[in-house]
Amino acid sequence: MSGWFGGYGGQFVAETLVAPLEELEAAYQKAQASEDFLSELDDLLNRFVGRPTPLTRLRRLGVEANGCTLWLKREDLTHTGAHKINNAIGQALLARRIGKRRIIAETGAGQHGVAVAAACAHLQLDATIYMGRVDAERQAPNVQRMELLGAEVRLVDNGTATLKDAINEAIRDWIAHPDSTHYLLGSVVGPHPFPTIVRGFQSVIGREARQQFLDSVGDLPDAVVACVGGGSNSVGMFSAFLDDPVRLIGVQAAGEGLGPGGRHAAPLLYGEPGVLQGTRTYLLQDDDGQILLTHSVAPGLDYPGVGPEHSYFKDTGRVEYRTASDDQALATFALLSRAEGIIPALESAHAVAGGLELAEELPHGSNILVNLSGRGDKDLVSALAAIRERDGADR
Amino acid sequence: MRRLEHAFADSQRETALVAYLTAGYPSLDETVDLVDAACAAGADVIELGAPFSDPLGDGPVIQATTQQALRAGVTVATTLDLVAKVRATGNDVPIMLMGYCNPFLRYGLPKLFADAASAGADGFIVPDLPATESTDWLVEAEGHNLGQVFFAAPGSSPERLRRTARQSRGFLYCLADNGVTGVRDRLADGLDAYLARVRAAATTPVAVGFGISRPEHVAALRGKVDGVIVGSALLKRIGAATTPQQRIAETTTLISELKEACR
Repeated sequence: MSGWFGGYGGQFVAETLVAPLEELEAAYQKAQASEDFLSELDDLLNRFVGRPTPLTRLRRLGVEANGCTLWLKREDLTHTGAHKINNAIGQALLARRIGKRRIIAETGAGQHGVAVAAACAHLQLDATIYMGRVDAERQAPNVQRMELLGAEVRLVDNGTATLKDAINEAIRDWIAHPDSTHYLLGSVVGPHPFPTIVRGFQSVIGREARQQFLDSVGDLPDAVVACVGGGSNSVGMFSAFLDDPVRLIGVQAAGEGLGPGGRHAAPLLYGEPGVLQGTRTYLLQDDDGQILLTHSVAPGLDYPGVGPEHSYFKDTGRVEYRTASDDQALATFALLSRAEGIIPALESAHAVAGGLELAEELPHGSNILVNLSGRGDKDLVSALAAIRERDGADR
Repeated sequence: MRRLEHAFADSQRETALVAYLTAGYPSLDETVDLVDAACAAGADVIELGAPFSDPLGDGPVIQATTQQALRAGVTVATTLDLVAKVRATGNDVPIMLMGYCNPFLRYGLPKLFADAASAGADGFIVPDLPATESTDWLVEAEGHNLGQVFFAAPGSSPERLRRTARQSRGFLYCLADNGVTGVRDRLADGLDAYLARVRAAATTPVAVGFGISRPEHVAALRGKVDGVIVGSALLKRIGAATTPQQRIAETTTLISELKEACR
């Protein structure tokens, strides 16, 4: 495992973390070759997570627009309600094999935190979750879930009190306890080997979806769409289609929708390469290399960096990156709920918005596969308030 | 490198004292005065921190100082200017620039090293740059004859220690303990055995930092390392003072006490 995706990735960490990262890499490689590990993981994915998740053909959206068919990979139907559990259960199992019983994690939307808390409760590990105070307020039900599942939630006030700041505090905790603690990073970000390990545990999404699509349609989709914050659901989905003649589209958060000058969280469109939190990747930064504040209505996308493999995909052109704004995401959140009976997470609503946009561009009869990475229960309070606010402003 | 080598040359008799200050804390002008005060009181090396928005290796004390510096608009460029200002006062103590990768990379490594050399800096300490990711940095450091300091951690394997020590230019920064920077009441358990392992692997001078806060800590390390690094304890004293005169007095007092314990 090289840890580099072209010129992106690497291991830019305090020396204190080099030994635990090497230990993790070795354990992961050993586990990947272990029948015991893989069959225990499969068993957990089937009987605890609820895999395989279905592929749903939308009945109205897309068809009405341009005779295109939208298919949703239903990661929202996993236990705890988002794709995050695929990685959480895999890494928790890995940590147990290494002999580390204390797990720390960051969370933005709270979905990774809930997944870690559930995985740790199931495997009887101790969980401590760092969460920005702003995120905790806009995702209150997830804080309650984590605590009910026995995790300790530590609120972070530094910076913008969102995902990046939660990762900073989790890394500082890990630097203080490298021997006893496993840092269960929730996305394909951070130092090597995390981007590779998290991709590995999330690749089940793409493997299942590709086969299900072939079984249902008899052919590959014309395009595959996923939202990109840190980028784990998208990398997990795209990984199965990299060698296929299929357009891959990542949707980042345009926030206010004002382009590079406005508040957003789209480093792949408006950022430049740099080093943050252990990895070299596209970042939102100023001329002095200070990390800029970000904004998205979706906490899981509200991050100034992105997984290094996405930076590589951007440069090679294998994946096309575009954006959806807060307004588009909120409209899609309501639209998918009413038109199809599926309440998406605000993060996933960005992907669906991208899929709907694509449906208008592609030829009549095209098939578009969208990864619905999570469900929207966690967003009800904040999304409904935001929608009401916008309706009020329109009058 | 000449100034830096000289600072550690006499470490058998007297431990070198490295004092950390944040560039622009509490202000750019005051930093020049604090550097002078620390040197006059016996600091052998100054570690000058360039602020970063996400200082992963720092605890609350240093984080607060770098946040204040950032709010005041301190950048890599102004930090380099600060070095030139210190040199303009006739101060010849080695100055190591501490900072995280991203602002330095953004400045551009060739320009960074060229400007650092001409400002009169002596090298770089970059806590999120392990020796294994440092090829470009070492080319520049050699080209400009500047130091490039890497770290040893309590959990570092013997192979890792040898490699890190071999690549370090100037000195090897030995992390006294796991965790981020900060004031600690006592030295870590097992520190002596760990320092002995580091000494056995390193041919460069070894300076130990993180949690070194009191004269008794420094005294306990005498003869076991070439240098000691003090940061949070100093900034905490400076932060508690309310006037520029008091801040200079606090710096002078603490550095004098620590230097006394080096002898």
